[in-house]
Amino acid sequence: MWKIFKYNFADLLRGRWSLLNFAFYFVVSAGLLYLSNDVYKAVISLSNIVLALVPLSCLVLGVIYMYDHDDFITLILTQPVKRTTVYLGHYFALIGSQTLSFTLGLGIPFLLMGMGSGIMYWLVLWLCGLLLSYIFTALAMLIALYFNNKVQGFSVALVVWLFMAVIYDGLLLISLLWFEEYPVEKFALWVSMFNPVDLSRILITMQLDVAAYMGYTGAVFIRFFGSLQGAVIVTTALLLWIALPTLCFIRLASRKDY
Amino acid sequence: MISIQELSKQYGKKAVLRHIDASISGGKSTVILGPNGSGKTTLIKCLLGLVIPDRGKIVLDKEETIGRYAYREKLGYLPQITKFPGNLRVEELLGFLSTLRKAAAVLKPRLIEDLGLTPYLKQKIRTLSGGTLQKVNLVQAFMHDSPYLILDEPTSGLDPVSLLKFRNLIEEEKEKGKTIVITTHFMELVEEAADEIIFLLEGKVHFQGTLYELNQVTGQSDLLHSMAQISTSAIFYQT
Repeated sequence: MWKIFKYNFADLLRGRWSLLNFAFYFVVSAGLLYLSNDVYKAVISLSNIVLALVPLSCLVLGVIYMYDHDDFITLILTQPVKRTTVYLGHYFALIGSQTLSFTLGLGIPFLLMGMGSGIMYWLVLWLCGLLLSYIFTALAMLIALYFNNKVQGFSVALVVWLFMAVIYDGLLLISLLWFEEYPVEKFALWVSMFNPVDLSRILITMQLDVAAYMGYTGAVFIRFFGSLQGAVIVTTALLLWIALPTLCFIRLASRKDY
Repeated sequence: MISIQELSKQYGKKAVLRHIDASISGGKSTVILGPNGSGKTTLIKCLLGLVIPDRGKIVLDKEETIGRYAYREKLGYLPQITKFPGNLRVEELLGFLSTLRKAAAVLKPRLIEDLGLTPYLKQKIRTLSGGTLQKVNLVQAFMHDSPYLILDEPTSGLDPVSLLKFRNLIEEEKEKGKTIVITTHFMELVEEAADEIIFLLEGKVHFQGTLYELNQVTGQSDLLHSMAQISTSAIFYQT
């Protein structure tokens, strides 16, 4: 797997996408830090960008890369290597390039402008971005393997992103308003487990103490996520979000006809 | 030797291979012929492990191949079209493919020189022309000196000089006693290289034998007319 990872990682790093990704995160985080001059505020603004754009860039890059390398992957599969090895090599190369651009783009401005007490905020944001990279790259691989048609696969990837980043929240908000007379806090808490973007958003919000301004709902969330049980459930949910799509694409790859 | 037994493959409702029984003799070159959609590519892909058949088995040197991967150490494969990763250099690409095998790429330096690829080694793949890419493709297929060579439309995209070099290469490999499996629409290559012919029609083997035998059983004087005869009559010819 290492060999496949190494060559794909090199190919990805030389592509324009990694550079663009790095430049984007660098400019945005440097800009926000410079303008707000406050790590806490900058992380809050950055979290909104990271939570929306990391899933999008992972899905788009993942799907495009896999379709673009379809012929070459087929050639690699005719070599004496396991299918699982080939696909995991590609998966980790995609995550590797994404993580590098994201970490450097987000990290350099913070280092240059001095993080001070904000290191914890930055770490939470970085960790959420990393987890989202794993999840959405696995989803991209799954989509690219399932749909042979490039246009279809690309459209599905965009719909998945739109659903996770925008529509899901909208539906949740509508349902909360609809049932506002009932105690819906626990329902909201459990429903958020089914969307990794929401889960990450909650984790960042909890760390930034913004939840304190959210009244009773915030108190329920703080109590849940602050407890050991809550932490175990959230960690399990996030790990499941990584494991399930990964296992699905591995299974699909081992049965696929090329 | 490759033995194909009762091999069947269906895509949805369409049966592409129907109970294929054939044997590919070791040390000979076998050309798989048939009209478009006859199952040639699917059969080759089954040999390579790219398509998983619904039924039947393939035995290569007494080893079953389906669901396994180590046997591919013995195969060299030349695909019809391959889009290599554009940001890698030619030498990196060939280096990468040779790291995937235990066997060393013993023929690489000679092939690179013969096909005139030396000036392109440091160039990125995306800057190469279609013809040069096909030469890179030839190098990767032949460089490990594999005992089995599977060539899918090997002449497409080759200029006349490279085509001559390719024919010499095939001749050399035959002399070395390699088992070569080819699919092609290039009749000259069939007449020149084929020790045996397998003719597929609608997923079934309609003929297996030599070119001479094919012309004999169809009563035709040349390959083209023999192929037309089988395709239109759909009779199973036995030698």
